[in-house]
Amino acid sequence: MTVTPVYLDNNATTRCDAEVVEAMLPYFTEQFGNPSSMHAFGASVGGAVKAARASLMKLLGAEFDHEIIFTSGGTESDNMAILSALEAMPGRDEIITSAVEHPAVLSLCAHLEKTRDVKVHVIPVDGRGLLDIAAYRAALSEKTAVVSIMWANNETGTIFPVAELAELAKEVGALFHTDAVQAVGKIPLDLKSTQIDMLSLSGHKLHGPKGTGALYVKRGTRFRSLFKGGHQERGRRAGTENTPGIVGLGKAAELALIHMEDEVTRVAALRDRLEKGILQRIPNCFVTGNPAERLPNTANIAFEYIEGEGILLLMNREGIAASSGSACTSGSLEPSHVLRAMNIPYTAAHGAIRFSFSRDNTDADVERVLEVMPPIIEKLRALSPFWKGANEAPATFNPVYA
Amino acid sequence: MWDYTDKVRDYFFNPVNAGVLETANAVGEVGAISCGDALKLMMKVDPETEIIEAAKFQTFGCGSAIASSSALTEIILGKTLDEALKITNQDIADFLGGLPPEKMHCSVMGYEALQAAVADYRGEVWSDDHEEGALVCKCFGVDEGMIERAVRSNKLTTPEAVTNFTKAGGGCLTCFERIEGVLAKVNEEMVGEGLLSFDEAYRIGSVDPRSLKQKAKPKAAVGSTPVETAATETRKPVISLDALEKAAAATVVVGSAAEAALQPAIGLPRYTTVQKIKLIEEALEEIRPVLKKDGGDCELIDVDGANVIVKLSGACVGCQMASMTINGVQEKIVAKLGIPVRVVPVK
Repeated sequence: MTVTPVYLDNNATTRCDAEVVEAMLPYFTEQFGNPSSMHAFGASVGGAVKAARASLMKLLGAEFDHEIIFTSGGTESDNMAILSALEAMPGRDEIITSAVEHPAVLSLCAHLEKTRDVKVHVIPVDGRGLLDIAAYRAALSEKTAVVSIMWANNETGTIFPVAELAELAKEVGALFHTDAVQAVGKIPLDLKSTQIDMLSLSGHKLHGPKGTGALYVKRGTRFRSLFKGGHQERGRRAGTENTPGIVGLGKAAELALIHMEDEVTRVAALRDRLEKGILQRIPNCFVTGNPAERLPNTANIAFEYIEGEGILLLMNREGIAASSGSACTSGSLEPSHVLRAMNIPYTAAHGAIRFSFSRDNTDADVERVLEVMPPIIEKLRALSPFWKGANEAPATFNPVYA
Repeated sequence: MWDYTDKVRDYFFNPVNAGVLETANAVGEVGAISCGDALKLMMKVDPETEIIEAAKFQTFGCGSAIASSSALTEIILGKTLDEALKITNQDIADFLGGLPPEKMHCSVMGYEALQAAVADYRGEVWSDDHEEGALVCKCFGVDEGMIERAVRSNKLTTPEAVTNFTKAGGGCLTCFERIEGVLAKVNEEMVGEGLLSFDEAYRIGSVDPRSLKQKAKPKAAVGSTPVETAATETRKPVISLDALEKAAAATVVVGSAAEAALQPAIGLPRYTTVQKIKLIEEALEEIRPVLKKDGGDCELIDVDGANVIVKLSGACVGCQMASMTINGVQEKIVAKLGIPVRVVPVK
């Protein structure tokens, strides 16, 4: 008997929708023209790019289609936004960001701090992952070039009040950028009613193709291009357009809008049922992040006294895919900076598992996970020197740390 | 996903000797701060014979940590404490068919738990002197701590020397700038402490990594530990590489006649073939223990003019470091003879 795989790692990447692939295919072959060309080959492709821009504009609730710049993905968009702001805001050389941002923002900030003498304020979060608003207010000043704070956190799903944060940034004349890679397509957005200047998104997180993304730049926002070259994207992102990718991203945006209702109702219910079921069936585990304000698809559950990689390996053997905040799954050996910033004890942070749903998931998926999780956790706890039994204090165990 | 061997997977999915050993009289509890893993090793030791009669473990850690712990209990079973103390972390990794470089610390944790358990049995206090840092060289699994120690204890001042001592940078070289950074940082500290003069200290950018690609010859591939090679490192090669190249090229063209012509020309010592073989054997004998430590060996097959024909065996066969080992052997023989030779490996 082969088990049906269960994919619950949609915050890492999603399946590219069959309709998206179908929409893209002609743009590899017969519709191969360069949209900049004068002839008919180019013109029809130019129309498709325009249509894709319009779909994306609709998904974001943008006011104008020229506010969308197509890029290669979230990382490029994040880099583009922050580097542009530093260049375009003379006399301002400070960045404000949060402790739980994606490496696309944090590594760049660390690099700028080291190489360009930029001052970076990293705003801490509390145990539920909520931003320290007082610290944020205190950091804002006439020196702030840009604030970059994510819309929703990739590990816990916690949503930040970016509209309000943007208004505070405006008071000191700073630009506001948000990495919305996890939010776009999962929750309704209406950028035209906000003061958000720039927003990054990624195609493959919303059932679109990998290697595609966009940066939203509100009309009138000072902007400097990252790549120098041709006039593409109104001179703001040089390089011949990735037309199949752009068409695919447009289709994915169109589908995301259609499925939005499903995402915030049925998918959220699946997530809630899984979460509740696990908490009922397994002792000594808890939900991390802020359940009151979070993405409808994400659950992050910390299983105490065991380590995430072991859980994932055993889940994988059952055909279930998820991810972990554990140090040992990250390649770098560094435990999740998000859970560390939230001060989660390491005996729990290491056993944190992220389940992230999408519209592809079903009730059967939840049933299957609920069935296999208890024995997996039990098996690993039997091996753990910290484990004393359900709801018991951990065993006295004080290893010599090297 | 990590590239785990089937044996690692097997020992993780079906660990042997997991759980609490009630009758334990030797317990080691250690952890690796770099990733938060921790291991409790419990052993029952016969007081008469000091033979480990039973061993069990409990581990808080990833798949390879659990597999390493389980493997350790299998390896030590039936051994005396003195035998067990000779087990290295590499033995644990080898038992499992190897571990990814990022995961070698799991085997180190097993090694340390064993040391701690034996110390516990003997009523000694075990303290750990092992430090780790961020992994710098992924090809050979060398972390920042190891580079820092090698630089400091051997007064290294070039990236090339770091490669020679630690293997770091001996592979893909993408870590060159990180090696350079660590080297410059430690050198600067050493200047501050008066251990190194300002002029000797390495400065970032003063070596072109492209020039290293072909020359990197990890001495550690020949097996010696940093401290042991400290003396040889500072010694200048007797013969320049250029001279060696010329000699070898000449040999290819006209054979030993060229060698004979070359020798008096640059005032090198002359040996009979028998004398040469004797010295080469001596040189090989000196390298042999370190080769054996890595599970390999090297045998002299023939001496033909300036060509020394050798055969690598054991773990050296098929090792991606084999060509560097040959370079190390060659350097040793050249130093011994004082004349240029070319070491040619045969299968």
